[in-house]
Amino acid sequence: MLHRFANPARFLRIARWVVPWSASLGLVSGAAGLYLGLAGSPADYQQGDTVRIMYVHVPAAWMALAAYATMALASAVALIWKHPLADLIAKSTAPIGATFTAIALITGALWGQPTWGTWWVWDARLTSVLILLFLYVGYLALWNAFDDPTRAARAAAVLALVGVVNLPIIKFSVDWWNTLHQPASVLKIGGPTIHPAMLTPLLLMALAFLCYFITLLLLRVRGELAARKLRALQAARAEG
Amino acid sequence: MDGIVGFLSMGGYWPFVWPAYGAAALGLGGLLALSIRWLRANEAALARLERERPRRSVARSGPAP
Repeated sequence: MLHRFANPARFLRIARWVVPWSASLGLVSGAAGLYLGLAGSPADYQQGDTVRIMYVHVPAAWMALAAYATMALASAVALIWKHPLADLIAKSTAPIGATFTAIALITGALWGQPTWGTWWVWDARLTSVLILLFLYVGYLALWNAFDDPTRAARAAAVLALVGVVNLPIIKFSVDWWNTLHQPASVLKIGGPTIHPAMLTPLLLMALAFLCYFITLLLLRVRGELAARKLRALQAARAEG
Repeated sequence: MDGIVGFLSMGGYWPFVWPAYGAAALGLGGLLALSIRWLRANEAALARLERERPRRSVARSGPAP
């Protein structure tokens, strides 16, 4: 199954077909989510209109975790099966995941100040998400630290796999330790405890962020494939 | 008019709500723009090299018999 997509030409054909659909779905769900989130949903009875920050903060945080899981899975596939596209998929995921994480941290600080009275606290949830950002930055730094792309891919893949331990820590940090951050209210046993008027725009925005991730990932893998071919041609030209 | 002002003021929390949306738009839009520019640059450089390659090999192998 995995090796069916190992052919770059086949991957590019699939990517060219998927990108317009994922981009269109992302634009439509994002427009609907923004309208409902900013104008069509009620203010929170305690937090007032600051609750509208949730519609960008939560999808960004979910996608920061999902992107890391994708990066780690692709790294494992690259290490174990030497899949020729897996390391490029992992590498392409990192800047997108880092951006999602940075957005989650910035919007979290902007939400924290009016609701908690502070921009930042060194509690388990916030600190573990900051570590996630450092893992992404470290992963990208490792790719740039080696001249040989094969060695760079291997070192970065090992870091990505070691960092997986941080994902359950982020998810369950609000249950395991005392924190200012609220516990899960959507992805929890027993179903969401959030009102449908707020859940609908939240899920629409999450869909838009997911479509953005898929679209950008496919575009970046296309760029990586072109860059790899370009390096090979330049090397052949230099030798000949 | 009052409706627009009321919407923009976000119940007095505009200094927090709008910068949050601005940061998200800047981050996502900026990365998308950079990625597309990088992709186009790579594909253009690759196309240029591939256009040059057949000419070089023909020149090296000489005219066909």
